[in-house]
Amino acid sequence: MSERRIKVLIAKPGLDGHDQGAKVVVRALADAGFEVVYTGLRQTPEQVANAALEENVDVIGLSSMAGSHLPFCRKLKPLLEKAGLGDKLWLIGGNLPAQDHAELRALGFRGIFPASSKFTDIVDFIKAGVS
Amino acid sequence: MSKDNVKKSVINESGIEIKPLYSAEDVAATGGAAMLGLPGEYPFTRGIHPQMYRKQPWTMRQYAGFGNPADTNKRFKYLIANGQTGLNVAFDLPSQIGLDSDDPMAEGEIGRVGMSIDSLKDFEIAFDGIDLNKITVSLTINGAAAIMIAMYLAMAEKKGYDITKLRGTAQNDILKEFIGRGTWIFPVEPSIKLVGDTIEYCAKEAPKYSPVSICGYHIRESGATPAQEMAYAFAIGKAYIAEVTKRGLSVDDFANRLSFNFNIYGNLFEQVAKFRAGRGLWAKVLKDQCHAKDPDSMVMRMIAGGGGGGLTFEQPELNIVRGAYYALISALSGTQTMALCSYDEAYTIPTEYSARISLRTMQILIEEMGLCDTVDPIGGSYFVETLTNQMRAKMEEHMAEVEAEGGMVKMVAEGAIQSKVSRQAYEMQRNIQTGVFRKVGVNCYRIDEEEHEVAFHPYNEADARAQIASLNEVRRNRDGQAVAKALKQVETDAKSNRNVMPALMAAVKAYATVGEMTQALVAAYGRYREPIRF
Repeated sequence: MSERRIKVLIAKPGLDGHDQGAKVVVRALADAGFEVVYTGLRQTPEQVANAALEENVDVIGLSSMAGSHLPFCRKLKPLLEKAGLGDKLWLIGGNLPAQDHAELRALGFRGIFPASSKFTDIVDFIKAGVS
Repeated sequence: MSKDNVKKSVINESGIEIKPLYSAEDVAATGGAAMLGLPGEYPFTRGIHPQMYRKQPWTMRQYAGFGNPADTNKRFKYLIANGQTGLNVAFDLPSQIGLDSDDPMAEGEIGRVGMSIDSLKDFEIAFDGIDLNKITVSLTINGAAAIMIAMYLAMAEKKGYDITKLRGTAQNDILKEFIGRGTWIFPVEPSIKLVGDTIEYCAKEAPKYSPVSICGYHIRESGATPAQEMAYAFAIGKAYIAEVTKRGLSVDDFANRLSFNFNIYGNLFEQVAKFRAGRGLWAKVLKDQCHAKDPDSMVMRMIAGGGGGGLTFEQPELNIVRGAYYALISALSGTQTMALCSYDEAYTIPTEYSARISLRTMQILIEEMGLCDTVDPIGGSYFVETLTNQMRAKMEEHMAEVEAEGGMVKMVAEGAIQSKVSRQAYEMQRNIQTGVFRKVGVNCYRIDEEEHEVAFHPYNEADARAQIASLNEVRRNRDGQAVAKALKQVETDAKSNRNVMPALMAAVKAYATVGEMTQALVAAYGRYREPIRF
């Protein structure tokens, strides 16, 4: 029986151009055996929701370095829910001040990985979160 | 230390093996003093001026800008009052990628990472009360650089400055934006054409203005080694020179206004050797490959600063110490301009307090540590001279690799350079996470940290609304027909492959907005599509 590989979307929300972290995580997740789709820069909330739906992913990951994560995630949440992706694993990484973590969790982001998080922690979290 | 504990092999980030001891033989074996010379003379390895800091210390130019132009003007004046000698302007992301503040994509981003600019009016406010003959201004702008240079020159002209004498710099290095930083707008070819337009225009109309600062900095941040940082920047520099000389200008008409922006984090000796080697190599490239005749065209002028990639989220106060070493590296390297990332900059826009610490760090080197007393103070060290020779050879290797792959423009357009440096960034990150590459506070000497002592810069929704209101006021009060005509001219000139700078100057003076001018250029050039390649 061949098991379907876990499929992950990594997206760069908004106008932030700092993509080194996103690309590094894409490589780490691919090395861990996941199938990874990377959106590239400047994604709108609508584009992220569409990509997640079209690619039929198990995990939706955002990488945000320039501070606009909260307004973006507030817009993204209803779009993902409307697309029937509320049961997928939502992650966010990057420059995420501790004071924002509670709201990100409340918005449905179960995995929060501030910059300098370990690859192994992200991989383990995904394996545990996608059954 | 017992014999077993002696490190068997030490290899620097650029891939050069470091020996436990160096002597005159090592210098001779790597090329001797053939590329050394005297400061102020070809090949400028020891520095670009005979007297260097004895005559004038480096310019101190902290990166600053946030909120509305009035907020930024206040921070500029604070930094100047504290002894800063130049300005380094941060723009918000909508301004950087050519969106007006009322564009739906700009929501939540207005004034967040830099100041918000919609029209000439904003430039007038931002530089109000600042003497532009005394304080030189560097604009950290790339995708929208042609527009912002036009705005800066128009603002200066309006305030009564003679733009033929005006000094200043724009970053305007679009090729590196495709590799890292990501504020591109147009496809690769027209983007290079626009850089050429600014160089050509400034060579004729504003000959003291430096229209381009070629950045190894962000390529290094994206994963390049120190030797690659220099080599790739030089390859980019050559691409811009080719763009302008093909229009009939001589390299000596403009090369002396090209400058560079480099990074300073990492091993101290490797960085200092990198800069000394880089000066020699750029001089050689200009002379031998670009056929410059004027020695002034061969000079590698630089801002060496930042160091963001070396700073850590963990134990952020350690970044003050790192910043001090980075400043030392920059001073020992003979930089023209210095800026330091502040200790809280890994998290947020620096506070006045943290920005002042960065400024004082540089001032301590100038006033207390004797860094300005003598030129190239570590020149002549067997180790430094050997490493300088080796770093130059390594950079030449990387430049040759780029040539062999079809040149920098092709590699950027195909995503090949992006893929290479991002793979290296991944390997480095893995080495940090596994402790192979040591990082204090990160993979050794960690402490349990609950909350970091960092004050976050707040995002102000009211400021964003005020900026949009101000933009609407500009739109109401200007001559709409004149604006439409000026924008049409921008589009026509872009489509017919003419230099767009005169048309942009006219549009700026009619108070056309950044978004409108960008749209006019997009109508001619289209938009860039990022190659996704791993």
